[in-house]
Amino acid sequence: MRKVYFDHNATTPVHPEVAAAVQPFLGGSFGNPSSIHWAGRDVRKAVEDAREEMAAFYGCRPLEVVLTSSGTEADNLALKGVAYLEGNAGKHIVTSQVEHPAIINTCRFLETQGFRVTYVPVNRQGIVDPESVREALAADTILVSIMAANNETGCLMPIGEIGEIAKGAGILVHTDAVQATGKIPLPWETLPVDLLTFSGHKINGLKGAGGLLVRKGLELSPVVHGGHQERGRRGGTENVVGIVGMGTAFSLLRKNMDAEVAQVRGLRDTFERALFDRIPDLVLNGHPTKRLPNTVNLSFRYVEGEALLLNLDMLGIACSSGSACTSGSMEASPILLAMGADPTDAQGALRFSLGLGNTEEDVSYSVDAVERVVAKLRAMSPLYHPREAM
Amino acid sequence: MTAGPYSAKVMEHFMNPRNVGEIDGADGVGEVGNPACGDMMRLYLRIEEGRVKDAKFRTFGCGAAIASSSMLTEMIKGKTVEEARAVTNLQVAEALDGLPAVKIHCSVMAEQAVKSALDDYAKKHPG
Ligand SMILES: Cc1ncc(COP(=O)(O)O)c(C=O)c1O
Ligand code: FES
Repeated sequence: MRKVYFDHNATTPVHPEVAAAVQPFLGGSFGNPSSIHWAGRDVRKAVEDAREEMAAFYGCRPLEVVLTSSGTEADNLALKGVAYLEGNAGKHIVTSQVEHPAIINTCRFLETQGFRVTYVPVNRQGIVDPESVREALAADTILVSIMAANNETGCLMPIGEIGEIAKGAGILVHTDAVQATGKIPLPWETLPVDLLTFSGHKINGLKGAGGLLVRKGLELSPVVHGGHQERGRRGGTENVVGIVGMGTAFSLLRKNMDAEVAQVRGLRDTFERALFDRIPDLVLNGHPTKRLPNTVNLSFRYVEGEALLLNLDMLGIACSSGSACTSGSMEASPILLAMGADPTDAQGALRFSLGLGNTEEDVSYSVDAVERVVAKLRAMSPLYHPREAM
Repeated sequence: MTAGPYSAKVMEHFMNPRNVGEIDGADGVGEVGNPACGDMMRLYLRIEEGRVKDAKFRTFGCGAAIASSSMLTEMIKGKTVEEARAVTNLQVAEALDGLPAVKIHCSVMAEQAVKSALDDYAKKHPG
């Protein structure tokens, strides 16, 4: 059976060059990067080379890169690191209703610790209005955290404008760029943000490595207390394999990002257009253009997301539904509900996220498969066949 | 073939559901919704001489809901009205070789659909 991977926003395949680059660190190069002897020295160099690749990609200084175990940890460090900074008087944080759980649940925790959080809404297209951020600012706001791109819809947030507003008020700005990295330009030099989160496994690196860009001069309280690693901002012996892999992933992006984005955008557009041509009663969840080049989130009206997902899985197609299917009651995605989607439509939403390795054959196979599966489930749906008057 | 949290039996009924559709001039029609998730099931019954002669369904819902609907129609066919009314959601789940704990509620829709369809039948055929 053909296998099609259309879930790159969940995670991406490891690039063969990444796999090759980490090999020495699974064998002979085992030293602790903090050791000054021969065993540690080469490994330290590999970690610092990787850091330089990341810095070169964003155009920041290597010492502005704080390496973490994940995007989630970097988000925690950004929020808690600012909130718990010694001497910090402010108690108010502004974020949005459609952030990743790494942000939302960290904010919910901070709310139990005496902080106030404003969750600004999004419009029907899934985008935060910068004016709503401006209105949310209070005298004691210490941080604005708005994602660069949403993981479920791919919507691009106006972080430039939002950043200017916050900086104008002297407030720190964080952006979760886990999904945006490698897909849209993020020039650190001109971006009005102080903190930026990224994650290795979303850019064809390895799982368990991420990082936070921290603008030079900005102090943060560590979240993981320990040794002097990462200049005291994150304790713990480095995940050398993950870091080296991430460095290679960034160096590949620097070379290939434009071509890859153009290729993936072409495939995504073809896929999206074909589905709209062939399947009636489709709803696009998200903005038609202000969107990541690889993502399309669609509601197939009258059918339910998990049923679609399982059928497509049986045909070898991996994609994702926003429903929290593990939570018991298949609740519709909070992100789609925050956008004002009809709850029944939100239940029939599927996210297709394309990436490196996808082909035109993947697209045509999947269009046929989705069309067939939707027809099959609609034939079964009482909503598609309204009850006749009796 | 198992997939995600589901047994092979669930997947088999989910992928190849029995008795999808409707019955023209059905003797009883039941429609129930699952408030937990917004899913919905409609069941059509043909009843002859006090027995379920035929059953068809349409369901908007998750894999467990569709498999439960399919299994239910198989279970009640041939049963007397009283026997059909006594079918419980746990019997449906058991016949499917079990459902994940978080998916037990999906089989409730199937149990309620029979009761609702039989109520409709009783209303149309008093006495
Ligand atoms: C927007 C966003 N932020 C944060 C994360 C978490 O990253 P990680 O998986 O590295 O913890 C993800 C991953 O799903 C994400 O999409
Ligand atoms: S989640 Fe709604 S019936 Fe299963």
